[in-house]
Amino acid sequence: MANLTTNAMGVEFKNPIITASGTFGFGEEFSQIFDLSILGGICSKGLTLHPKQGNKGVRLWETPMGLINSIGLQNPGVDKFICDELPKMKSYGTKVIANLGGNTTEEYIIGAKKLSVTDVDIIELNISCPNVKSGGMAFGIKSNVAFDIVSSVKKVCKKPLMVKLSPNAENIADMALACESGGADAISLINTIKAMAIDVKKKTSVFDNIYAGLSGPCVKPIALRMVHEVSKVVKVPVCGLGGIMTSTDVIEFIMAGATIVQIGTGNFIKPDIAVDIIDEINEYMDKENIKTLDEIRGII
Amino acid sequence: MKVYHSKVLENRLISTNIYKMTIEIDNLNNDIKPGQFFMLKTLDNSFLLPRPISVNEVGVNTVTFVYRIQGTGTKSISYVKLKDYIQATGPLGNGFDINLINGRVAIIGGGIGIAPLLYLTKCLKTTSDVYLGYKDEVYLVDEFRRYANKTVVVTENGGIGFKGFVTDYVDYNNYDIVITCGPEIMMNKIASKCRDLNIKCLVSLERRMACGLGACLGCTVETIYGNKRACKDGPIFAGEEILVQWRK
Repeated sequence: MANLTTNAMGVEFKNPIITASGTFGFGEEFSQIFDLSILGGICSKGLTLHPKQGNKGVRLWETPMGLINSIGLQNPGVDKFICDELPKMKSYGTKVIANLGGNTTEEYIIGAKKLSVTDVDIIELNISCPNVKSGGMAFGIKSNVAFDIVSSVKKVCKKPLMVKLSPNAENIADMALACESGGADAISLINTIKAMAIDVKKKTSVFDNIYAGLSGPCVKPIALRMVHEVSKVVKVPVCGLGGIMTSTDVIEFIMAGATIVQIGTGNFIKPDIAVDIIDEINEYMDKENIKTLDEIRGII
Repeated sequence: MKVYHSKVLENRLISTNIYKMTIEIDNLNNDIKPGQFFMLKTLDNSFLLPRPISVNEVGVNTVTFVYRIQGTGTKSISYVKLKDYIQATGPLGNGFDINLINGRVAIIGGGIGIAPLLYLTKCLKTTSDVYLGYKDEVYLVDEFRRYANKTVVVTENGGIGFKGFVTDYVDYNNYDIVITCGPEIMMNKIASKCRDLNIKCLVSLERRMACGLGACLGCTVETIYGNKRACKDGPIFAGEEILVQWRK
């Protein structure tokens, strides 16, 4: 059997497969379906310093091979996460990544400080959520703004810091470089693509916020291109995500330069999709006589 | 709860746009509560997200669903042929706690909301009066008659049974508990009435869902206790708990 062990940010993952923020809760629901210790890691639901109720109105809308969501970072807040959810997440025998969002720089800093003194393995800084009115993606459009927030958080962050980019950034390669120079230990991309849907019968926007975030298989080619662009310019590891549904998708992201990957919407389509993907990667590597993923990483 | 690949034993039209599908699930151990649901998905890629469909009936290693073609997903599910396989994740949701349903029970269903109430009627330890509201065509009436004390059928045009809305034919004062599933406007009316008369009321909600497991937070319901998830904390809620969402 091939060796899927992957090192990134000084953390050793059993394999490069991580479940993406917002698609896996805090793992508990999925732990009833499969043994989560087979995963490389789990990303928490997007956290904010204070609890958030999330958005009103329609929150989900299916499109051809895609899903538009407008959840709006509904979450229990950093303190409750640390107290109630983190101990359970740590018990699953896999790496735990806390995804941290915020409305202000101050909120990001306090959140990162609090998470730094816990057992989380990595902090993923979410500067890319399209579903909150202030903050969120506002930090992920302009490179100089992203640099400021990343460097401010980095000063207080005692955990490896992965920065999650928005595909809506003005220039994805410049954005990644700005985050790297701000101190990011890794770059993850892509968050959802800003999108919209219209209900022609009601003659209104489907979402109360008008715009929402598109994910799923339909975004994969764009995500792959962006991972490729970013991998060519940054020295830190890249975590690829966007529409991964199969082991072939994972191999593509790795060939495009990703060190690790995340499965997002796929967890909704088939709750144990990660099990199939990990098995199939092993099969592929054995068949192709590949010993480690380093042999194929970034070959394109 | 498990992700099953289940063989389809039956998938046929029983009324306009309404299908009955039975799938085979081994080792089910009869651990399905009435009011629970499965996330169903065809194995092709004709649509993306599994669809939440309530359990209509449970047999020996079989589960039956009665669903209405609502859009792309349910349409694709209706095309699934006998002996083909379907992905079914479940059972999901809280379901009804039948030990807490005692005394004189009224069960009021409207439209496709009638489907999950059949298994409930069958499982109850006490007999119930069932009120079924349809637009024009009726379905499952004979099955309800098998388990209910009294079955009242109402159609909007009066073609079959009584004429009008099902809610007009219930004398709430005769009951200790009222259980409903159907259009929100109907459930709102029933839950409000029960609150006013101080009668216990349970409603089964339908929501758009992505995962059905409690992870995506797409099916959030506003309650007097804050946000709850229709898929995990529900779909069964106390009427007075969720009336707040309709007071807008």
